[in-house]
Amino acid sequence: MEKKKIDRREFLKVLGVGAAATTAAFYGCGKRGQGAATAAVGEVPTDKMTFRTTPATGDRVSLLGYGCMRWPLLETPAADGNPIDQEAVNELVDYAIAHGVNYFDTAPVYIQGFSEKSTGIALKRHPRDKFFVATKMSNFSNFTRENSLAMYRQSLADLQVDYLDYYLLHSVGGGKGVETFNERFIDNGVLDFLLREREAGRIRNLGWSFHGDQKVFDHLLAMHDRGEAVWDFVQIQMNYVDWKHASGRNVDAEYLYGELEKRGIPAVIMEPLLGGRLSRLNDHLVGRFKEQRPTQSAASWAFRFAGSYPGVLTVLSGMTYMEHLQDNIRTYSPLEELAPAEYELLEDTAQVMLKYPTVPCTECQYCMPCPYGLDIPAIFAHYNRCVNEGNVPKDQQDPAYREARRAFLVGYDRSVPKLRQASRCIGCDQCVSHCPQSIKIPRQLRRIDRFVEQLKQGTL
Amino acid sequence: MLRKIRIVAAVLFFVLITLLFLDFTGTLHAWFGWMAKIQFLPALLAVNVGVVLALVALTLLFGRVYCSVICPLGVMQDIASWFAGRRKKHRYRFSYSPALTWLRWTMLAVFVAAMLAGVGWLIAPYSAYGRIASNLFAPIYAWGNNGLAWVAERMDSYAFYPVDVWIKSLGVFLIAVVTFVGLAVLAWRSGRTWCNTVCPVGTLLGVLSRRSLFKPRFDVSKCNGCKLCARSCKASCIDPANHTIDYSRCVACMDCLESCRQGAITYTRRQPERASASRAESPRTDASRRRFFGVVGLFAYTALRAQEKKVDGGLAVIEEKKVPNRAVPILPPGAQNTRHFTAHCTSCQLCVSVCPNQVLRPSGRLSMLMKPEMSYERGYCRPECARCAEVCPTDAIRLTDFAEKSATQVGHAVWIADNCVVNTDGVNCDNCFRHCPAGAIRMVPRDPDDPKSPRIPAVNEERCIGCGACENLCPSRPFSAIYVEGHQRQRII
Repeated sequence: MEKKKIDRREFLKVLGVGAAATTAAFYGCGKRGQGAATAAVGEVPTDKMTFRTTPATGDRVSLLGYGCMRWPLLETPAADGNPIDQEAVNELVDYAIAHGVNYFDTAPVYIQGFSEKSTGIALKRHPRDKFFVATKMSNFSNFTRENSLAMYRQSLADLQVDYLDYYLLHSVGGGKGVETFNERFIDNGVLDFLLREREAGRIRNLGWSFHGDQKVFDHLLAMHDRGEAVWDFVQIQMNYVDWKHASGRNVDAEYLYGELEKRGIPAVIMEPLLGGRLSRLNDHLVGRFKEQRPTQSAASWAFRFAGSYPGVLTVLSGMTYMEHLQDNIRTYSPLEELAPAEYELLEDTAQVMLKYPTVPCTECQYCMPCPYGLDIPAIFAHYNRCVNEGNVPKDQQDPAYREARRAFLVGYDRSVPKLRQASRCIGCDQCVSHCPQSIKIPRQLRRIDRFVEQLKQGTL
Repeated sequence: MLRKIRIVAAVLFFVLITLLFLDFTGTLHAWFGWMAKIQFLPALLAVNVGVVLALVALTLLFGRVYCSVICPLGVMQDIASWFAGRRKKHRYRFSYSPALTWLRWTMLAVFVAAMLAGVGWLIAPYSAYGRIASNLFAPIYAWGNNGLAWVAERMDSYAFYPVDVWIKSLGVFLIAVVTFVGLAVLAWRSGRTWCNTVCPVGTLLGVLSRRSLFKPRFDVSKCNGCKLCARSCKASCIDPANHTIDYSRCVACMDCLESCRQGAITYTRRQPERASASRAESPRTDASRRRFFGVVGLFAYTALRAQEKKVDGGLAVIEEKKVPNRAVPILPPGAQNTRHFTAHCTSCQLCVSVCPNQVLRPSGRLSMLMKPEMSYERGYCRPECARCAEVCPTDAIRLTDFAEKSATQVGHAVWIADNCVVNTDGVNCDNCFRHCPAGAIRMVPRDPDDPKSPRIPAVNEERCIGCGACENLCPSRPFSAIYVEGHQRQRII
């Protein structure tokens, strides 16, 4: 397990004196994506990538898509507040394109709003016809037409392109369902505007990404069926856990994918790894994969699952590290489809995972920054890691109670500075609406806080 | 031989007592906590008759062995002096100086007077060393530990964890620096000057050691008058011309025995004399009521501004908490009351050093300068901890068990409406309520006539124990919306 490179306490001190309103998230930079140790060694082919073709534009899209929300970060942000390590981004993008990856997915809100800019800089160094770029209308906090259109134009400027290959209505299904969807895209005429932009060729494919309320999903597909808005693609969360066991109010991927396939709408897959959780499985589950395919990573199973469905256009992965990029390229160069028995193994893995009391956080950072200073994803990541490593004792009779207690508490202070721990959650609920996994964040934080108190007071 | 025994014992005591101040895990205290409790002034204040009598007996038997072995401040000076002696041509650098008895007794009087004024602990030896150890040595130890923790983290080991290093009180830190530098320079130049002029314990034990059974004695017939003994005597108490030793200043270090090449000095029994041990009058203190006001500056508050696009990630700035202006200082649970506490505490900083929650710090108030008081900016007094009472050598902090600690009311919480985020940010918050270990806070509607109005905390002062969980975990910054006022007299609820 990688650890962070910085001294968090030192970091806190810097924060204390700094007057910047928001600061860098060098946080979690070591923890996002997949577990590093899982990458298999071997040749990384440059010409064997599996491609899928879109019906609408005939684009030949690589099955591996690059998610641009987990770019490597600097230890201290640049003068303009940009925390992204541009040199590392350039290197990753060059490598990806050289090995066949041609789909890059970003959004105006990613990485404190700096993702588009960095992605644009990296892509600008390649011919425009060598890549497809996708970005989104992230008008979450201000629905007005002016703000929404300004956001769209800013995306073109930041990405340094004069047309967008893929444009998405970002995260429909949240908030108050259809009502929120109408407020964001219909009542203000933003959807009409985007449809016209598609006609004008500045948007080549128009679609949407989905989290949450099934009614909204059905509503948008009904629009498609009625011809009110023809969707060129839809982005859904799909992996072997969400296939039949979606958490919170999310919808099972089996249903989402089935509805899209029926209509011949290509599916773009997000969270194929559940924010890396499917690569950081506990030893027992990893062991079962290794017995089948000793040289392949746990992550490769999740990617093969997503890629084995023919209606999938591309599978997005936020790859922070070169090793992850290489591992994923290998998995899809070319794709080796899952055998029926392997589907069963993955379904069984999902069921075992559900028995663990982990928090279904994918560390997407949408909830951040918490106005009261908590580092929510880091708290969940620590807790989940301890669950998977067996460091969450049930009671004091556990044979390894003392070691587990120490590992949990010492690791907690290392992973999350004291002032950003769960005990600081005031329950204001401002984060809840931002969570695409619809985690009841304050409730989970309180559960973890109670557990920490029990460990500290010896009352477990 | 005797000298070697003395050195080994002294190093052992010195290292272990120092470790008591450095070890933040509390493991050493279980084994060696008694070393702090056999220090003379702490034992006197704890009315630990057994220890005081044992030390008196020790001195009457063997002279001021206490000063050479048990007292960490004395050993620290010996170490400084030893380094000075390592220089070329400085091994035999001392010479006899006549006793300044008038100065010693004046200093003792000054000490008693200072005690009455509440600042006597400046020159009390054990507490002076405690301040040096906790302010100067402990940070170095902690940094070393943090280095190991840094390595451990990268090796996925939980053997070490990092600890906070901070100056708990600038005043006390400066006092410790001045004491350390002053003593080191004095010892470097002239050995045990401080112990034989200023130190009140030295003066008191000197009275006893004059009459001790065993002493270094001259065999005049063997002496060839080389004066090596006087030149190696760090107490400057050997008068080689007259073959006399000022036993009130002799700290029984045995250096002279080893330096004499003629074997003219031996450590032997004296001829029985009329023994009359004079008892020292125990110093008394009184609590003064003056207060030392710290000026709290106000800094600009940087708040998060709403953005046109709510971007993902990043961390909110966390402002440091500031110490509220408490009318009465909060004493650690078990301190009983201001009078008992100020009379017994030697401000040795042992509790401050071991407090794992960063709650205790030396007070800046004149009435209890350098004595520990509690504040909750960095942590709160946790229910599973009674470390301060465990280590206190003087029983200034005394608890029988955790139950007593959790039932001791050291203060009570006060809610400040203007700071509460329910009022300032318009959000729901019940963090104080949820973390109160005493169940002293309940959430009530802000508007008594409207049960649906936002809920604010209400403190039941009778149940509140003043632990500070609410104050520490309050989201309002820099000043918490709920803070603890100390009580002069603690009580069990």
